[in-house]
Amino acid sequence: MIATLLTEPIGVAHYLVVGAVMFIAGIVCMATKRNLLGVLMGVELVLNGANVNFVAIGSPYLRGDTASVGLDGQLMALFVIVLAAAEAAVALAIALNFYNTVNTIDVDAADQLRG
Amino acid sequence: MIGHSILFTLFAAAACGFAAMVVISSNVVRMAFYLVISLSATSGLFFLAGADFVGAMQLMIYVGGTLVLLIFGVMLTAQQRFVHMRPSWSEVVLAGLLGTSLLVLVASTAFSVPAWRGAGPKGASLAEPPLTATSIALGLVGLRVDSDAQNGQPLAGYLLPFEVVSVHLLVVLVGAAYLARTRVTAGSLSAQPPGGFDPDDVEADPQTAQPPNL
Repeated sequence: MIATLLTEPIGVAHYLVVGAVMFIAGIVCMATKRNLLGVLMGVELVLNGANVNFVAIGSPYLRGDTASVGLDGQLMALFVIVLAAAEAAVALAIALNFYNTVNTIDVDAADQLRG
Repeated sequence: MIGHSILFTLFAAAACGFAAMVVISSNVVRMAFYLVISLSATSGLFFLAGADFVGAMQLMIYVGGTLVLLIFGVMLTAQQRFVHMRPSWSEVVLAGLLGTSLLVLVASTAFSVPAWRGAGPKGASLAEPPLTATSIALGLVGLRVDSDAQNGQPLAGYLLPFEVVSVHLLVVLVGAAYLARTRVTAGSLSAQPPGGFDPDDVEADPQTAQPPNL
C-alpha cells in the first residue's frame, strides 16, 4: 500500500492521510498532556486535521469538476478556522482563571468537583 | 506535476512530523513552536489544493492570531515547574498503542475508496492560478457563482451561517474578556483606604514597611 501511495499522483487520499495523522496526533496530545495548554494544542491539531479533509474533498484540482462539491469545502474550512479562534480565546481565559485559582496548570489538579 | 508531488511531500512531511513532535515533546514552549511550523505547513497544503483564500486565512487567523494567543498563555503560565510535565510511562505506552492502531484504521479507510485514489478526472489545470477569494466572498453573502456539476443548479449560499458564526465570535470574545478579567472582590475593595492608592500596600522591603495602624 505504501508503494502505490508513493508512486501514484497526489489525490484526495494523500490529503486524507495527512489529516488523519494530524487528527491522531491531536487526540494523543489531548489524552496524554498534563499541561492545560498542551491539551489546547491538541484541540488545534484536531481541528486542522478536519480542515485538511474539508479542503481536499472540495478541491477541483484533486477530484475534478464533475465530482467536486464546489466551494462548500473551503467555506466549511473557513467556519472551522473562525470557530477555532473563538474556542482558543475562551479556553485560554478558562486556563488563566484556573491558574489564578489553584496556582498550577496541571489538569490533574482540577478535581474539586469530584463527588 | 512532479513539482506538485515534491512540494506536497515536503509540506505533508513538515505538517505530520511537527504534529508528532508536538505530541512527543514535553517542553510546552517547544510544543508551541512546533505547532506554529505544523500549521504553517498545513497552509502550504491548502495552497497546493487550490484553496488560496483558505490558506491565507490559515496563516493570518490561525498562525498569526490563535497561536499568538496560545503563546501568550504559555508565557503567562510557564513557571519553572510547569515547563516540563511528563505523563507516566504506562499512559505514554497506552496512548501510543491506541493512537497507532487508530491511525492504521483511519488511513486504510482513506485508501479503500477508489474515487479518492489517484489524480481523478482533471477539471481544472494546475497551470491556471486559483482565484477563489471573490467566489468565497459571494458565497458568504449568499450568492453562489459555482454550480452543482450534476444538475447545473446553483448551490446554497452561506449568509445565515456567516451571521451566526459572526455573532457567536462576538459573544465568545466578550465572554472570554469577562472570564479573564482581574477579580475585584468585596474584600479587596474594602481593605483599601478611601483615599485610593496606598503606598504601604506595595512596599516590598519589609524593613521599611510601616505597620498600617501607626
